[in-house]
Amino acid sequence: MKLTIVLFWISFTLLSYGQGCQTAEVKLQSGEYIPMYNDSSNKRIYVENFSMDATAVTNEQFLAFVKANPEWQKSKVKSIFAEASYLSHWENDTILGAQVDPRAPIVYVSWFAAKAYSKWCGRALPTVDQWEYAAQADKYNAAGNSDEFKNELLRLYEKKQHNHQTAVGKGEPNYWGIFDMHGLIWEWTIDFNSILISGESRKDGSLDRNLFCAGGSLGSVYPLNYDAFLRYAFRGSLKAKYCLKGLGFRTVNN
Amino acid sequence: MKKLNINSLTILPLLGGFFLLTLITGCNTSDQNVHWDSATAKIIGEIQHPTVLPPNVPPPVKPNRGALKQIINMEVVEKVGRLADGVEYDFWTFSGTVPGEFIRIAEGDEVEFHLKNHPDNKFAHNIDLHAVTGSGGGAASSFTAPGHESIFSFKALNPGLYVYHCATAPVGMHIANGMYGLILVEPKEGLPEVDREYYIMQGDFYTVGKYGERGQQSFSMEKAMEENPDYVVFNGSVGSLTGDNSLHAEVGETIRLYVGNGGPNLVSSFHAIGEIFDRVHVEGGDMINKNVQTTLIPAGGAAIIEFKVEVPGEVILVDHSIFRAFNKGALGKIEVSGDENKSIYSGKIDDRIYQIEGGAVQVMPEVEREPIIAGSLKEKISEGKIVYDNFCKACHQAGGKGFTGVYPPLANSSYFKGDVNKAISAVVNGLSGVITVNGTEYNSAMPAQVLSDEEVSNVITYILNEFDNDGGEVTPAQVKAQRK
Repeated sequence: MKLTIVLFWISFTLLSYGQGCQTAEVKLQSGEYIPMYNDSSNKRIYVENFSMDATAVTNEQFLAFVKANPEWQKSKVKSIFAEASYLSHWENDTILGAQVDPRAPIVYVSWFAAKAYSKWCGRALPTVDQWEYAAQADKYNAAGNSDEFKNELLRLYEKKQHNHQTAVGKGEPNYWGIFDMHGLIWEWTIDFNSILISGESRKDGSLDRNLFCAGGSLGSVYPLNYDAFLRYAFRGSLKAKYCLKGLGFRTVNN
Repeated sequence: MKKLNINSLTILPLLGGFFLLTLITGCNTSDQNVHWDSATAKIIGEIQHPTVLPPNVPPPVKPNRGALKQIINMEVVEKVGRLADGVEYDFWTFSGTVPGEFIRIAEGDEVEFHLKNHPDNKFAHNIDLHAVTGSGGGAASSFTAPGHESIFSFKALNPGLYVYHCATAPVGMHIANGMYGLILVEPKEGLPEVDREYYIMQGDFYTVGKYGERGQQSFSMEKAMEENPDYVVFNGSVGSLTGDNSLHAEVGETIRLYVGNGGPNLVSSFHAIGEIFDRVHVEGGDMINKNVQTTLIPAGGAAIIEFKVEVPGEVILVDHSIFRAFNKGALGKIEVSGDENKSIYSGKIDDRIYQIEGGAVQVMPEVEREPIIAGSLKEKISEGKIVYDNFCKACHQAGGKGFTGVYPPLANSSYFKGDVNKAISAVVNGLSGVITVNGTEYNSAMPAQVLSDEEVSNVITYILNEFDNDGGEVTPAQVKAQRK
């Protein structure tokens, strides 16, 4: 039964890679998950073994990156790669300022910047599949599908505090040993715009035709997956240069 | 089917007559109207649309003022607010209120819509205006991440009263959290002048805790799926249109109500106790029905309701799916002041409604409630006030003054003077039949209330001390002793 799950190989490794780019990462064993939307019914997606940061990338980690790569400092970044709000919570190019906890997750960061950071670390942004696979774990199961868990996720989303003051890794880790997948920030994925919600959720004839209104519940596998609706809708509203108060990232190693 | 026995020789001259009539009517309309088309109406000016929050509406459109470009700025705000006394909720709102600001434009106007998603918000949002002719009613064009602003424009082709709402997945949850409002597209000649206009929108709310349960309540997706709301309210909270928030009018005035229903699930049986709707724009469109008692407002629909108030008193607005009014909050009030007109009062108010509604003793199933222990007399009184406002005030009215002939007064009441157990028993066991209170006879029925001993002791203590009665303090044990 579930006891066997406890015997799973979960390993924390303190890795050092890149210059000053370090994180605790967690290995996830390959497995399947049912994505929120696919046209045919219960098509499962197979996810290979991968490693994921146990916590979101923090302000101090990102600070090391912009010090090593000045072109990503907020006064120097090209506007096509990051909109004006990029790192707007920092005091200046290389100082966080008193309002920002170094251990809080980096936010106000564009997809381009998150991708550049990941590359600098020799890593990558997770795919939507990887992220959702990691995020479907509750405390005890690799795939938490109980109503209690789903309700808890809605609570967590509503209670998020985007105050730049809450450090990563404070809550309880999930089954894999990963922290803060739901309660702290939204996170970039490499293919955030591949499963689009264009804005018209009910009748789009393209990729996203199932994502809105009543159409959404027809196409989605579990009509009660309100938490997933919220995540996919949020991703769908993004453009790669957006820098938002509640949007950061973590990296993976494939 | 039965064949019509009219030959063509009879019908042709008739048709010809109609044709002539049409020609004559056509000649009577002014030149500017002959070729006028809302789709091609020339824009002759530009204005910033005013932000006016419910229950008020922006000023009327001047008749035949011509088509204007209107710039509308609307901000989406996620915020904690009051759902009922002692109950808070995580609302998602347009303009920071439920419903969102009232939009008022004219047929032929071009709207440049700016939807702003506040940077502190956690979710993506958009807006679907039912008044828009175009894909998704603006939903796709207005899909906006937090900290961003979307701009789109549309031409108002069809006059009428329309709902707008958020249409981002999961749509039901966005609407259930309060994301709806009304947009009025006035016909180019405007609506007839009235004395007062108000904006009311019904919505159902689904909370993890039961009705009245204290503290911050969260959205319950199970209850929403089951379409089993804990709250059905006007303008976003219990009491938003009663007490100090009541609407006002003077005797002899004509009132126009813009009434919408955000849903997400329930259809409203909108009714005004003690009034008859003189005119209803059915479903917010062109068709006018007259002398309407209760008008059905679908979720995602609206109605324009007009009536003249002839006598002073209180016009009570309810969802006449009546448990929603008395147990879930769907209650509002228009206080009408002015001179009495006895002949109209006795001729027009249909008193039967109260008697039929209260004609049987209603006993709800026993429900376990979390006891709230109030210590001091002062605490008991303040806790009792919350119970009163949530459970008693709908009938017995603010200050316990009652409703003469219908709901007995609790203020300075002769009924339980010197014997508080009579008051306790009425609450816990219900009360029906003829009683006399302060010289007036009442023959009605009050259902037994589903309240804990603690809550009953608090509310009776409140009534004793605040409403000019004997004073004193009731204990939970005294309440328990009265339960049958």
